[in-house]
Amino acid sequence: MNEIVGKPIDRVDGRLKVTGKATYSAEYFPKNMVYGVLVLSTIAKGRIKNIDSRQAERVPGFVGIMSYKNSMSLHFPQGADPGAGKFAEKDLLPMQNNRIYYDGQAVAVVMAETFEQAEHAASLVKIDYEIEKPTVGLEGNLSSKYKPAAGMGGAQIQAMRGDADAALHSSEVKFEQTYTTPVYHHNAMEPHATIAEWTGDNLMVYDATQSVTGVRSLLSAMLGAPSDKINVVALFIGGGFGSKGFTWPNTILTAMAAKQINRPVKLVLSRQQMFTTAGRRSQTIQKISFGATSAGKLTSTKHETISESSFVDEYVETAGLATNMLYSCPNVEVSHSLVRLNRVTPCPTRAPGEAPGTFALEVAMDELAYQLKMDPVQLRLVNYADTDEGKSKQFSSKNLKECYRRGAEAIGWAQRNPQVGSMREGDYLVGYGMATATYPANRSPSSAKAILYADGHAEIMCATQDIGTGTYTIMTQAAADIFGLPVEKVQVKLGNSAYPKGANSGGSQVTASVGPAIRAAAVGVLEKLKKMAISDNASPLHGHKEENIFASDGRIHLKDNADKGETYTQLLNRQGLQKVEALAKTNVSNRQQTESNPAAKGTAEASAEEESKTNPAVQEDEHVDRKPYSFHSFGAQFVRVLVDPLLNRVKVDRAVSVMDIGKVMNLKLATNQIMGGMIFGIGMALLEETAYDPNNGRVVTRDLAQYLVPVNADMPQLEVQFIDIPDPIISPIGARGIGEIGITGITAAINNAIYHATGKRVRDLPVTLDKLI
Amino acid sequence: MEPFKFIRANDPRGAISSMAGSGAKIIAGGTNLVDLMKLNIEKPTQLIDINGLKMQTIETLPNGTVRIGALVKNSDLAYHPSIMKNFPVLSEALLSGASAQLRNMATVGGNLLQRTRCPYFYDTAAPCNKRVPGSGCSAIDGYNRNNAVLGTSKYCIATHPSDMCVAMAALGAVIHVQGPAGSREIPFGDFHLMPAQTPQYETTLKHGELITSVDIPPMPYATRSHYLKVRDRASYEFALASAAVILNINGGRIKDARVALGGVGTKPWRATLAEKVLTGAVNSEQTYRTAAEAALSEAKPYKHNAFKIELAKRTLVHALKTVGGMS
Ligand SMILES: Cc1cc2nc3c(=O)[nH]c(=O)nc-3n(C[C@H](O)[C@H](O)[C@H](O)COP(=O)(O)OP(=O)(O)OC[C@H]3O[C@@H](n4cnc5c(N)ncnc54)[C@H](O)[C@@H]3O)c2cc1C
Ligand code: SF4
Repeated sequence: MNEIVGKPIDRVDGRLKVTGKATYSAEYFPKNMVYGVLVLSTIAKGRIKNIDSRQAERVPGFVGIMSYKNSMSLHFPQGADPGAGKFAEKDLLPMQNNRIYYDGQAVAVVMAETFEQAEHAASLVKIDYEIEKPTVGLEGNLSSKYKPAAGMGGAQIQAMRGDADAALHSSEVKFEQTYTTPVYHHNAMEPHATIAEWTGDNLMVYDATQSVTGVRSLLSAMLGAPSDKINVVALFIGGGFGSKGFTWPNTILTAMAAKQINRPVKLVLSRQQMFTTAGRRSQTIQKISFGATSAGKLTSTKHETISESSFVDEYVETAGLATNMLYSCPNVEVSHSLVRLNRVTPCPTRAPGEAPGTFALEVAMDELAYQLKMDPVQLRLVNYADTDEGKSKQFSSKNLKECYRRGAEAIGWAQRNPQVGSMREGDYLVGYGMATATYPANRSPSSAKAILYADGHAEIMCATQDIGTGTYTIMTQAAADIFGLPVEKVQVKLGNSAYPKGANSGGSQVTASVGPAIRAAAVGVLEKLKKMAISDNASPLHGHKEENIFASDGRIHLKDNADKGETYTQLLNRQGLQKVEALAKTNVSNRQQTESNPAAKGTAEASAEEESKTNPAVQEDEHVDRKPYSFHSFGAQFVRVLVDPLLNRVKVDRAVSVMDIGKVMNLKLATNQIMGGMIFGIGMALLEETAYDPNNGRVVTRDLAQYLVPVNADMPQLEVQFIDIPDPIISPIGARGIGEIGITGITAAINNAIYHATGKRVRDLPVTLDKLI
Repeated sequence: MEPFKFIRANDPRGAISSMAGSGAKIIAGGTNLVDLMKLNIEKPTQLIDINGLKMQTIETLPNGTVRIGALVKNSDLAYHPSIMKNFPVLSEALLSGASAQLRNMATVGGNLLQRTRCPYFYDTAAPCNKRVPGSGCSAIDGYNRNNAVLGTSKYCIATHPSDMCVAMAALGAVIHVQGPAGSREIPFGDFHLMPAQTPQYETTLKHGELITSVDIPPMPYATRSHYLKVRDRASYEFALASAAVILNINGGRIKDARVALGGVGTKPWRATLAEKVLTGAVNSEQTYRTAAEAALSEAKPYKHNAFKIELAKRTLVHALKTVGGMS
């Protein structure tokens, strides 16, 4: 076995990307294509009174304008499982009437022969509104809060065990504080982009999406077009972070516009439009209460979250969910309330729930530790959860204590002076802080196809996507190991809805979901080859037992005698076959929404299901009893900050992550994912915030000069370590997801370090210098 | 973006005569103008590319004045040996601005005329007196964390965003312009305007005038100078507060002081009140603090930017300490 999984190999698509040959969704040029530009509402609530496009129509190259006045009717899509496609705003199908619910709502598509002409014409469309008073600002509208019945896909979001109020009341030590996080935007490098082309009833769509099959099913449902005539392609995606998980109006509108003018249409959102029209992270107000013994044992934990959603859909930022399982505590109450505002609907943003939730919880834990005069690491060890007390299940695998130990060692935790404001380096105050990171380990049904060709190369096909995380590379590694082929001989094809359906790229689930399916498909091919060889008189393996045959170096051979065997090419040539292929579907899910929503169970091709009945890899995988287990990844984040005491500038000096995410498939990519998460966390902690106008509710920070993401000069030395113990329960691959956990914990760790340095506790993110003055 | 015509000027006279019509605008590096055109804030019908004009040199005149051509790139000016040696405050200010790529394109003339970064100015759907006179100011009662505290009016509270200009204000630069009626010189302090009732007028440059060069008069003690810029992130952001400081210290006393502030004023803010406190005073932290109080004594806070007053004081004290401690 050559064991490529685990090796830090370079991205297989790295060369394509750095040479500009990787085609993103906006980079196709069908014949006769026109450019579409969105016109957005500039009020947060009201009605369109009049659309005057006379001036726009006079622009040379003008082709057409689509608005609610002339657009086709849409059907409401069914179901809310993002795996099956989730339209972002269930009560607001785009351009169906004249109502405006938020600033930046799509009101018209202007089409022209060139992009410049379309932009120009769009800027000339005059829209008169009847303005109504919008509901603006979370703080001022708390009286209208309500408890939603469920979270995304029916998830349980109100939880209670024991009696948290009574236990709090009678506890020796009491703590209560409120924390807030602002609206954040994803700011993926690639904007939302779609090209739609109709050929008769067939619809070809290139879309920047985290779910090609989801987009296909939505287009089918909303446009009333048969799904088998729709093809959705997203070969490369320049980041999504959740913003491309749901489908936004731009995708649907592009298909509608293309139908209307009967020409292909390309529509790309501008960076400014990304701030109003393609999702965001909800603002939160979180109250944490702890009751504890004087020895630090938690007796009561309450986590009340208020977040906001739009008037056209209900999205809950589930900040409290991790609190239900992260620490051992007999009395826990987690609640989520919503306030509706005239803003675009929020959506998942990298570590939805956990990112803002661990900020509040882990800062509160730090505050409690100081209150108890206890080491913050020690407080976490005292309350270490050996089981998931929220679900009364055991963890599939958990090595968090080791994360704390290694993280503390790497940052030099023991050498710090725990006294607040006591440490200096030159003119700077020095602070150390830590926090726990956690994110659920999700898995969903996936299918894949594997093909082995007579020339000795293999192909894998799966309708999942690589959103920049390295899925192409990891899947290549996984398949290469099964086939015993070098990575150059394996080609993985993703991002096409015509392939067998794979998991959507959300919830850090792709590796754990798609990996086993790809592995099983490859195993399926090998099984066929073995059978062929065994029954082939001319094969050196003729008559041998299947279980004694192995694959390596492009050959099948006897386990004990590698010389006795033949190459794939020899076997297939003799058989007169150009290729051998296998389909596999692994129907395993641990996702809440799938459990509670049977309709969401995968609908992969019947033939894949049929073939999988005899596939040993699928059978073994599906027969693992996962019911007793709770699946989570864990980690510890430690940081050291420098604070300039005069100007209050904060510099994160060092940041250490130690992650327990199961098997590390590729050290280079895994490190890259965690680093990316940490950078996100630095932005969240210190810089990022979407500001709204307090009077009219419109977005003020509409570009990357006003909305500050961290730059290289803000970067500390980032150190990433992995425990790298495979999780045998989640899948035969042993890997849990890794894309999101990096942003959890880090924000709190930075905040805690600032407190240690300065003695100032800022409970409202981001911690900008004005809050420290 | 509105369609426009594009021509290249070969000499100053040609550029000036092309500017005569309304709707004509010069393009130098284009790093500000093109952004504003894309957002339909500037809508010139005629662009005149002046990059072919011979205004790219930095020369030292016999009297010691440094003459900087209007087309000198920000990066070339910042790294020019005599600027780095004699006027570190100017070099540092330039290097604290934008990014390396932008500085390689941005010119001195364009930097003088760059427009505000008030977010409402950038959103054509928002009322803004500077963009559409008489439409109102969205920032005064809106989100104004980054807006000015000095020189504001009830019509506009936008900051002048340039770093270079803050250093030039302290250095007492002189701007040379050429127009249909001939050439003239504008002292730096008279170049930029405060908003008053007409925030759409930002400088005293007249329509059809071309900036040809900027003179930095000799100032031997400017070798002891410093530009300090404070912002939320470590680079690639406009100032929340900045200070340009030049001190001539002799025998523990400050003989001459030049101070200007950025990020807080509606124009590059020469802090004459602070200079008065400093000139003749003992070189001490107490003096610095008093000077900083004086510099901000006329500041007016708005809802989200009150912190800038204290921040600017601290920034100035910090910069004064740095220069005061230089040998
Ligand atoms: C992302 C970004 C970040 C930035 N950050 C900073 C920062 O931190 N600090 C900072 O100070 N600046 C910053 N800038 C602004 C930058 O300094 C200016 O854009 C630049 O200096 C403008 O110079 P230009 O030659 O490109 O001007 P142009 O864009 O070509 O022109 C600007 C204006 O000046 C006029 N003009 C140009 N030359 C002449 C002339 N010779 N005579 C008469 N009129 C003329 C033009 O007609 C136009 O109105 C930033 C810019 C960007 C895009
Ligand atoms: S401060 Fe000036 S630039 Fe900003 S909105 Fe008001 S008038 Fe416009």
